Amino acid sequence: MNRGPGEIERILDRMAEELRRTLEERGIVEPLMIGIHTGGVWVAERLHRRLGLASPLGQLDISFYRDDFSRIGMHPQVKPSNLPFSVDENSIVLVDDVLQSGRTVRAALNEIFDYGRPAQVLLAVLVERSGRELPIQADVAGLQMELSPEEQVKLSGPDELALSIHSPQ
Amino acid sequence: MTNENIQLDRQGNLRHFLSTEGLSRQTLEEILNLAESFASVKAQTVKKVPLLRGKTIVNLFFENSTRTRTTFELAAKRLSADVLNVNIATSATAKGESLLDMLHNLEAMHCDMFVVRHGESGAAHFIARHVAPHIGVINAGDGRHAHPTQAMLDMFTIRRHKGGFPPLTVAIVGDIMHSRVARSQIHALSVLGAGEVRVIGPKTLLPPAIEKMGVRVFHEMEAGLEGADVVIMLRLQRERMQGALLPSEQEYFQAYGLTPAKLRLAKPDAIVMHPGPINRGVEIDSAVADGPQSVILEQVSNGIAVRMAVMAMVLGRHPGSELTEQEEA
Repeated sequence: MNRGPGEIERILDRMAEELRRTLEERGIVEPLMIGIHTGGVWVAERLHRRLGLASPLGQLDISFYRDDFSRIGMHPQVKPSNLPFSVDENSIVLVDDVLQSGRTVRAALNEIFDYGRPAQVLLAVLVERSGRELPIQADVAGLQMELSPEEQVKLSGPDELALSIHSPQ
Repeated sequence: MTNENIQLDRQGNLRHFLSTEGLSRQTLEEILNLAESFASVKAQTVKKVPLLRGKTIVNLFFENSTRTRTTFELAAKRLSADVLNVNIATSATAKGESLLDMLHNLEAMHCDMFVVRHGESGAAHFIARHVAPHIGVINAGDGRHAHPTQAMLDMFTIRRHKGGFPPLTVAIVGDIMHSRVARSQIHALSVLGAGEVRVIGPKTLLPPAIEKMGVRVFHEMEAGLEGADVVIMLRLQRERMQGALLPSEQEYFQAYGLTPAKLRLAKPDAIVMHPGPINRGVEIDSAVADGPQSVILEQVSNGIAVRMAVMAMVLGRHPGSELTEQEEA
């Protein structure tokens, strides 16, 4: 089930193609791309390069928008969010590594809307796995995985991307 | 057990923020890093994050301070907390209610945090020792003792301009004796590993045995400024002085006021800081305060991000609950 760097790069090639088609179907000419820290930024950097986008890549850390702050507190390694463009009236491709519950994407959407009102937002993820808790789905997904709730998918990087699946002992 | 230990819970998380003394480098760096992330919130159209929604923060200012109170209030509001400003002069303590009775009443109103400024050293510690366990206390200045959020916003400003602390020579000039800011800065600079910390001032305005805090003492400003990377000017605190510690403001300015000529003795890229409010023509010349090396107004904006960081860390800590691994996706 684990996937090494070579295979990840091939999956990213396919994702970039599919994303290009989706953007064309929707008539989006100049999308803005935003990666969610940390794994989402690694995936976004590669898609951004493959699509040859002119605008700089945006980065989002959703720690201040999480819904579990009152349960687990402040994450000690928060990185600054940086959206070096106006989101107003623009089409956005939001990128994350793994879509599971959908809570991270919910938080990211809230944060994006505090920067402005985008025309539309698409979601691209490397792994779309089972376990949704919110009505959120990916427009483009590199891999689909059926996993038990205890199993965890982990993306390692940033130089070479590799996916590993951890099961509790 | 020292006073400082009540700042941390059993897991070593920040429970109150009362002093920079007794905190680890890791904790201070965590505050600075988190503040860096909060600084990006001001780029948002909606300058707010929902982190402290539903929390109530009370500003308890027994001593006036427009700037500090305003930046604490803005910080809390940018975190979506509700803020209550209790004006002590007109509150029940003026009617003879004891401080502890007032605190217990505020606790009964389900407040989550007290931000305390008081003229007596140790006031914030006293309050922290007596509040209910779920309440966090932040010291916004107590007597001559400490002003830790001011010191941390100064560290944040220095780090943004100079990168790391080890190569730096930092000169703190003026009324060290009455300055809780200087005391908190010296502790923070030493924990963060600043290369050399100097204090410059007349004997009457330097506390005895200040060398024990690991600083170099200068009575002559010119010698002390030589080669400094950071020059921190302190306000002459007339209101805290008893008796004749000083000749006159003019003579003080002659000896210890920062003028463009004296600033040239520091490194060419030295930054000039001041915790405010500034006394123009007493400790600092207007040409310096408004000049290109001054970062005084930047300190004020950085104060919001740093106070957001401290509030989020204190209220994001959970009594009894282990910090679990962040849930993914």
